[in-house]
Amino acid sequence: MSEAIALHPPASRKEPGRLWIVPPAALLALLFFYPLALIVRQAFLDDGGVANAGEIINVLHSRFFLNALMNTVTISVAATAGCLIVGLLLALILAFVPFPGSGFIARLIDTFIALPTFLVTLAFTFLYGSAGMLNSGLMEVFSLPLPPVDFLYSTWGVVLAEVTVYTPFILRPLLAAFSLVDRAQIEAASVLGARPLRIVRQIILPAAVPALIAGGSLCLLLTVNEFGIVLFIGAKGVITLPLLIYGKAIQESAYQVACIIATVNIALSLGLFGLYRFAASRLGA
Amino acid sequence: MLVWSRSGRLLIWLFFALIFGVLFLAPLAVILLSSLADQWNGVLPNGLTTEHYTDVARGAAWNSVKASFITGFLASALALVSGTWAALSLRLQGQSLKRLLGLLFFIPSAVPSVSVGLGLLVAFSHPPLLLNGTIAIVMIAHFVLISAFTFGNVSAGLARLSPDFEQVASSLGARPAYRLWHVTLPLLAPYLVAAFGLSFALSMGELGATVMVYPPGWVTLPVSIFSLTDRGDIFAGAALTMILVAATLILLLGLERITARATGS
Repeated sequence: MSEAIALHPPASRKEPGRLWIVPPAALLALLFFYPLALIVRQAFLDDGGVANAGEIINVLHSRFFLNALMNTVTISVAATAGCLIVGLLLALILAFVPFPGSGFIARLIDTFIALPTFLVTLAFTFLYGSAGMLNSGLMEVFSLPLPPVDFLYSTWGVVLAEVTVYTPFILRPLLAAFSLVDRAQIEAASVLGARPLRIVRQIILPAAVPALIAGGSLCLLLTVNEFGIVLFIGAKGVITLPLLIYGKAIQESAYQVACIIATVNIALSLGLFGLYRFAASRLGA
Repeated sequence: MLVWSRSGRLLIWLFFALIFGVLFLAPLAVILLSSLADQWNGVLPNGLTTEHYTDVARGAAWNSVKASFITGFLASALALVSGTWAALSLRLQGQSLKRLLGLLFFIPSAVPSVSVGLGLLVAFSHPPLLLNGTIAIVMIAHFVLISAFTFGNVSAGLARLSPDFEQVASSLGARPAYRLWHVTLPLLAPYLVAAFGLSFALSMGELGATVMVYPPGWVTLPVSIFSLTDRGDIFAGAALTMILVAATLILLLGLERITARATGS
């Protein structure tokens, strides 16, 4: 390296290679950051283009906004908690109590990452909807007049659908972390009489913490941004921020209101993205 | 092995089967079943039929299959070029600029897709950049949303690449362009194929931004599925969803096989 420095003059500012970054960066700036900035600008202008910052206060205090914000946070936190629990249980079994074909099952769950999220909601309508399999079955067996199971068109329906869709995002880093756990350590502990629960608590869980934090913050981000699941459930009472933006912009053509809500939503998402990056880099997951 | 007793293991596997069955297997199975259902009034369909598929193949829904494929292909190809370009040229930057730009290239994946669509509507609804109502705005929305994934995949590939090959090529006198084309890109190929496959799959399932910007003549699969189910035609919606799932899986498996053959593993 010192030889190279001796042979060449110190790299000047006009080094040509550095400019290669300009085309993709300019493309991203034009197609993503410029529209993003315009959303923030439009939040201060009414739909005629006149400055109207007062509308921001109105929207932020409005019932529909606060409701949507509340729903978004509740659903996101509940779904992430569910993903962490289900993901941890599945990963523990797949990694430490494997069965014939468990590798295939792990890959099958992994492909859920590439599938559209609304698929699960559509399936849930057939399974748990008012005329779905579960309700028809229960009505037939107990001869009930009305469908007894009615959680699908509520917050919990959305949460269950999101747990299905986002658990693979927890499972993937967890399985990677578990593959590094020393199997001999576990065997030694169990030969010495440690019960499985104690081994999980004292050996396996500490190894899983980085993956759980990184995967959990990614889940928080993705569930805050989730749109398809909520749209497909179509429950009147379950409106989240992305759904509210869609409703205001497309159905009501109220662009300023949509942009105000979008600005809040983007700020929330970027905050969670920062948390995820921090967790992932700090913990090396 | 964490659990040694046979009964304990069976119990745990049963538990696993229950969670897996309820959360992952049942949704896929029920979509398949409903896409073939004749009528469904009880616990199980009254009869099976392929009518929904033939309806879908004949009707306007087929146009949405085409729209999704073309959008997915073009947006992924553009994202692959720009993502690879960005990842490669980022290596030439200084440490702090590299970190900052790397973060900026990831941000589109963190922003809600509906907001990406809204931003495009706000930005490109007036001349001179009037794209609202064109097919191009759908492509741009998809490109923006998947570009971060392509960039991430290619960057991860570059990080794993051993620098030895490139250094040997340079020391043997290969010019940068030759080295890029004959050494770096072939070594990256598996990651490029994987990135292309993932972004194609994501584009095929994209709903949030598309529903904001799509013009009447360019209805993608997810939008078409939504309007079918919203109208109450859930069986046709299920058939179209199965087509989407099958296309995605074939795409991913096919690309995986190509990659496996190329790397000889």
